[in-house]
Amino acid sequence: MRFVDEYRDPQMAQTLAVEIARLTEGRPLKLMEVCGGHTHTIYKHGIEDLLPRTIDLVHGPGCPVCVLPMGRVDDAIAIARSEGVIFTTFGDMMRVPGSRGSLLDAKAQGADVRFIYSPLDALKIARQNPDREVVFFAIGFETTAPSTAVTLLRAQAEGIKNFSVFCNHVTIIPAIKAILDSPDLRLDGFIGPGHVSMVIGMRPYTFIARDHRKPVVIAGFELLDIIQAVLMIVRQVIEGRAEVENQYSRVVRPEGNRKALEAMARTMELRPFFEWRGLGFITHSALKLRPEFAAWDAELRFSVPGIRVADPKACQCGEVLKGVIKPWECKVFGTACTPETPIGTCMVSPEGACAAYYNYGRYSMAAERANLPAIGLQTPADRTAS
Amino acid sequence: MSKDQLRPSDVLEKIERVRQARRRKFYLREEYITLSHGSGGKATHNLIEGVFAEAFANPLLDRMDDAAVFAIEAGRMALTTDGYVVSPLFFPGGDIGKLAVHGTINDLAVAGAQPCYLSAGFLLEEGLPIVTLRRVVESMAAAAAAAGVTIIAGDTKVVERGKVDQIYLTTTGVGRLLADWPLGQSHAQPGDIVLLSGPIGDHGIAVMLAREALDIECDVQSDTAPLHGLIAALLEAAGTGVHCLKDPTRGGVATSLNEIALSSEVSIALDESAIPVRQDVRGACEILGLDPLTIANEGRLLAIVARESVENALAAMRAHPLGREAAVIGEVRGTPAGMVFLRTDIGGTRVLDMLVGDPLPRIC
Repeated sequence: MRFVDEYRDPQMAQTLAVEIARLTEGRPLKLMEVCGGHTHTIYKHGIEDLLPRTIDLVHGPGCPVCVLPMGRVDDAIAIARSEGVIFTTFGDMMRVPGSRGSLLDAKAQGADVRFIYSPLDALKIARQNPDREVVFFAIGFETTAPSTAVTLLRAQAEGIKNFSVFCNHVTIIPAIKAILDSPDLRLDGFIGPGHVSMVIGMRPYTFIARDHRKPVVIAGFELLDIIQAVLMIVRQVIEGRAEVENQYSRVVRPEGNRKALEAMARTMELRPFFEWRGLGFITHSALKLRPEFAAWDAELRFSVPGIRVADPKACQCGEVLKGVIKPWECKVFGTACTPETPIGTCMVSPEGACAAYYNYGRYSMAAERANLPAIGLQTPADRTAS
Repeated sequence: MSKDQLRPSDVLEKIERVRQARRRKFYLREEYITLSHGSGGKATHNLIEGVFAEAFANPLLDRMDDAAVFAIEAGRMALTTDGYVVSPLFFPGGDIGKLAVHGTINDLAVAGAQPCYLSAGFLLEEGLPIVTLRRVVESMAAAAAAAGVTIIAGDTKVVERGKVDQIYLTTTGVGRLLADWPLGQSHAQPGDIVLLSGPIGDHGIAVMLAREALDIECDVQSDTAPLHGLIAALLEAAGTGVHCLKDPTRGGVATSLNEIALSSEVSIALDESAIPVRQDVRGACEILGLDPLTIANEGRLLAIVARESVENALAAMRAHPLGREAAVIGEVRGTPAGMVFLRTDIGGTRVLDMLVGDPLPRIC
């Protein structure tokens, strides 16, 4: 398949991995991939099996589903249950547990919850149902915020009054800052989020290199993107550099996407603070609608409980998100907390570190325990024939 | 003969003639299903005669008794039942009727049985256009005829608008067992080989693209097909070497293989690069953030066969039109029991779990 297969060449991946192994011999490195999309790719391809043991990948806070606190999910459910509401959401959010059930549960109990692929679909539903109130559950980093912004601008231009946005957009930089400031953390470099950077550009990361002396390499989401990014970070460390580099130059421009940023600036502004699951309150880390868009702000149009709900005690999502512990080191991982019955949000989205590990990573553990042979099929002549 | 000479017996004869003629001809004048079509009265009768009896006509059904009566040969029988609620009713490569015939045939076939008879139960929504029903029924009749099975019993109910989505269908099937050795999902053994009859994910993607207004242009057709011919050929060629058969429907190959791994207390190792997936399906999955291994199929076969029977099994599958692209995709191992894992394209490994919930697309 074009535009995909060329970034998944196993031979090339092998070559890069060998080079990484050579460079890091006797020098183990702990790198954080900030973005949940990267975590997903890492597990999907089994990249950790390919990389030398000197490279320890830590999964960061870049899964927007995972960082949403329970109280906000409760608020969303309260809106969804309101009279006459069609509540629209991305698929991932459907199963995220609030303090009393998920949107999927609310749907089963009669709420009209629909999953969509784009906020523009929500606007379309609003046009088709003028007698209903259509609410879009906006979540995500700077990756998805521009599409929410564009939808708001269009709703404004068309004067669509039965549409509103429950805004939960968050920004990545304050979260990285919080992680860097966390005393219990040791990281040697960051794999920067590709899609977020496509919007915000490279400049917002400079403080990481300048003030914290950590290399940042913005990476794409295919196999070779990630391995090449690891190699680029390794080279920086070996050469004593700390810079912001761009591996994903086919998509990311240094200055970002001005139009997207403009649309965001016209419709949204920073919240003074916002709660992140596991990380607590972080100042200036999320977006809300500007006062000019109050007519489309679901938080103002509906009464939401707005109650802060403490994370479940047993759940260690916070430590997982900060990379302090690995998913399987959490007390409830794989026992009380599984993808079917998630306690923490990290277990819900396939991009969450715990779900990714649960879905894809368990074999490595089982293999280590049982000393299993690598998978290699020794079957009749067929393999070469087919 | 003049009018006043008409005798009472003539009048009675005339009435009887008209009655007879009407009995043979049913005029289904309505364009939509109404609640009266489910009342059991005349309208029901007209619907049955006007739509079902005509399409499904066969000697066992035509008697219109409360139950179909048939003889069975000595031996063991298999029975299965399944409900169909697919939306939309019509999708590229198939429709609910075809699916309801193939699905039940396949459930019998993977049990090692030759399907013989089907029954069909229809739940219809008030307001359903009769042309739609007719299309579904004709498609069922054609699918059954092509597969060589007969529909010998049926039932129709009509419910108020909104209580079902247009048509819900259940089919029940009986079949005669071909395999007289233990065959089933608990019979996979370490050392066995996993065969797959063709590319995966076609059905699920075809339906998903027809259902969601996704604006993805893509030429994927549902793979819905009756598998009993392919399975008969496989059983003939590989005999007792066939340990387990499964049609990976909802939940896809990942879920089916996990069920086998759990029931047989074995582990299954797959080679990702050996699993056939069409370009279009791969593309749609990439865009939608789905894994082809968890997408439904309706005409694909997973076969777990003894290592020494692989060559015969594979040759037999490939000689059949539905198995032309059959491939070896993995092997069965002893440990860790109950787990399925995958060797990725770069030689890494990952666990392949059952589908959890619905396949929900990722957001970014």
